[in-house]
Amino acid sequence: MKRLVILGGGTAGTMMVNKLAPHLIPRGWEITIVDQSETHYYQPGFLFIPFGIYSKEDVVKPRRDYFPKGVNVIVNPIEVIDPRQQCVRLIDGTMLKYDLLIIATGSHINPGETEGLVNGSWNKSIFEFYTADGAVMLGDHLKQWKGGRLVINVVEMPIKCPVAPLEFAFLADWWFTEQGMRNEVEIEFVTPLPGAFTKPVASSLLGTFLERKNIKLIPEFSVGRVDGEAHKLVSWDEREVSYDLLVTIPTNMGAEVIGKSGLGDDLNFIPTDPKTLQSKSFENIFVIGDATDLPTSKAGSVAHFESDVLHENVLRFVEGRPLVGKFDGHANCFIESGHGKALLIDFNYDVEPLPGKYPLPGMGPFSLLQESKTNHWGKMMFRWMYWNLLIKGAELPVESQFYMAGKYRS
Amino acid sequence: MPRKQLNGRAIEVTDEGFLVNPSEWSEDLAPLLAKEIGIDNLTDAHWKVIRFMRSDFEAKGQIPSIRRMKNEGGIPTKELYELFPEGPAKKAAYVSGLGKPQGCV
Repeated sequence: MKRLVILGGGTAGTMMVNKLAPHLIPRGWEITIVDQSETHYYQPGFLFIPFGIYSKEDVVKPRRDYFPKGVNVIVNPIEVIDPRQQCVRLIDGTMLKYDLLIIATGSHINPGETEGLVNGSWNKSIFEFYTADGAVMLGDHLKQWKGGRLVINVVEMPIKCPVAPLEFAFLADWWFTEQGMRNEVEIEFVTPLPGAFTKPVASSLLGTFLERKNIKLIPEFSVGRVDGEAHKLVSWDEREVSYDLLVTIPTNMGAEVIGKSGLGDDLNFIPTDPKTLQSKSFENIFVIGDATDLPTSKAGSVAHFESDVLHENVLRFVEGRPLVGKFDGHANCFIESGHGKALLIDFNYDVEPLPGKYPLPGMGPFSLLQESKTNHWGKMMFRWMYWNLLIKGAELPVESQFYMAGKYRS
Repeated sequence: MPRKQLNGRAIEVTDEGFLVNPSEWSEDLAPLLAKEIGIDNLTDAHWKVIRFMRSDFEAKGQIPSIRRMKNEGGIPTKELYELFPEGPAKKAAYVSGLGKPQGCV
């Protein structure tokens, strides 16, 4: 009997177990999936919690409800992965031997990486929305906040869902307008990147987007430390940005166990073949989702497009056939822009986001790099797709590989 | 895309002067690119940054972050700011013939 172990039961791990179980169990494989908690979070929904659009209940479900029959489910933190012995040791001492390992341990925020960020004012004047609980606390704070300077700061790249901080700024502009207090709030977007939109086509089409919403941009600002008492961000070159309310997107890192097991880079992301998704160090380890070090977005859509390629490669690996290098970095993301509208971007390793229609060329219904109400409804409908189709491993009506049809360059 | 003359070669650059193709870069171009952005003399410390950026870019396919230059390249962040003032990630990438650091959109 051969053994497949999947580490992580989030978006990527759950998709993979659902795709692989029907193929591997009949061939005599034993499948085990491990996660440290019982709760599956719909992470794209965190953004909406601070503005009262979703509650925490809207973004959580029991993980086990989404795993197929015949799979061993273990809820226990991982102590270490030993790729040479081909085994995983859990905190309670359990040893899991594997013939094939899929790592889908994701990424998480690590505010402790920035000097002074976690201080006495954490969850008082400094908040984050990359965890469900953080988003709930931020929402409670916004409800009673009297206004002032709201600073949204990305500490460093890469981050999960790279457009989420911009979406937060756009939704804040809308929400404070709805509350009748937009005049009492200054919104500043502070980023280490050279701009809010950095790709040539997007920046030429959306260059004035922030200005139109009266959001001030402070680019090329790399936070060296936070002075919680003085309510200031201080950059490495001693520039300062003061805030009344700081919404931080702290350093994102892969799981600690990856670093501890010697499998990661300096952010605990795993060096992964960009086309086959095989680990660069061990041929019987594959990596999917936010856990990889690939130069594309850390997003559920990416994990979804990767899952089709990984599905094929796992079956090829099991059968001793050569892998296919079909993953092209394909990503697509809705960008909620406030007032019931959203943008959509679709891109891959080689082609930047371009305008056009998606998924059907010329028809849409979604518009690329352009605001529309349909895009917004697409984003809102997606939660249903996520729980009912996507993580169950069902086919979605979109291609895994990027295509140029329906897109234009000028 | 425009081209500019560097050491007798016509090299494709973006509107902001960044090299379009990192493979067109060679070490003899670095001092010329550095002069364009106000760095008149490339010291050993500058070269340590440039060589790390090039080798890391080749290995990983992306421009290393300030953190990576500190952790993997052994270049303290304060020093990086002294070597390439006002935006070291962008300026060091410029001199190293890599593109401007970008997000996904």
